[in-house]
Amino acid sequence: MKPSPVPCRDLIAIGGILIGLLALSALTTLLPPTSWRTALGLLIAAAKAAMVVWFFMRLKHQHGLVRVFSSAGVVWLCFLAVLLASDYLTR
Amino acid sequence: MSTESAVMARHETTTQLGMWSFLATEMLFFGGMFAAYVIFRTSYPAAFAAGGRSMDFWLGTGNTAILLVSSVFMAIADRAVRAGRSRLAEGCLLAALALGLGFLAIKAVEYTGHARHHEVPGASFHLTAAGGPSEEIFFFLYFAMTGLHAAHMLLGVGAVAWLTWKVRRGAVGPDRPEPAAVVGLYWHFVDCVWIFLYPLFYLPGR
Repeated sequence: MKPSPVPCRDLIAIGGILIGLLALSALTTLLPPTSWRTALGLLIAAAKAAMVVWFFMRLKHQHGLVRVFSSAGVVWLCFLAVLLASDYLTR
Repeated sequence: MSTESAVMARHETTTQLGMWSFLATEMLFFGGMFAAYVIFRTSYPAAFAAGGRSMDFWLGTGNTAILLVSSVFMAIADRAVRAGRSRLAEGCLLAALALGLGFLAIKAVEYTGHARHHEVPGASFHLTAAGGPSEEIFFFLYFAMTGLHAAHMLLGVGAVAWLTWKVRRGAVGPDRPEPAAVVGLYWHFVDCVWIFLYPLFYLPGR
């Protein structure tokens, strides 16, 4: 009996979008070298990471408690960022 | 929901909770170094721009593409394991493995190039007029962060090889998909770390 096909068009499409975002990231080097360019590069990186987390890491299919656990690391990183910023920005 | 499917759903939730807890510690592991990068880049912008210009843009971009494609294969492998398509899963895992090894090979080429150009921090580090002495900080962070990432990639490659063997033996399949989920989560996380490393080291100063 022929095995049933595994639907993966959506995953390949997400991969295509990720490569497109990578190209966009590389194209930011054509912009004037300002802090906005860095921020744009990081924003594109955040979009890529969010897509990997939501679709490839299957957070889309997980229930609330797993999503809370998955955001724990980000929350603690925010604590780190706020504490460092409060130090360096007030020097 | 039958008892068996309820048990399986519980296993999946437990696996996910445990793995995400571990990944949270990994985020903080790398997060400290990212914080150091922010502090030093803010303090020495010219040095970091000079450092970024001396990186190989095409090797870095190529490596990022390699990791993104490997994540696609890992995601398909995970789905194939759940669907009981072991041969497809095996093929995708081998593709991800090959791409992971390709990434590490390119990294080795890059490191060799940096060593040849005296860009490894230490006694033989060659100062440039554009970067000044602070450029060594950029390269210290570069080797520390990408080196730590490469160590994680090595472990990931080992885990994928182990998973491929388990899938081939039939020990991982639709009745027991958790190992595929765990290895997949790890691999995608390591990919996410590189997604942020790329714009920080390969794009500044161009």
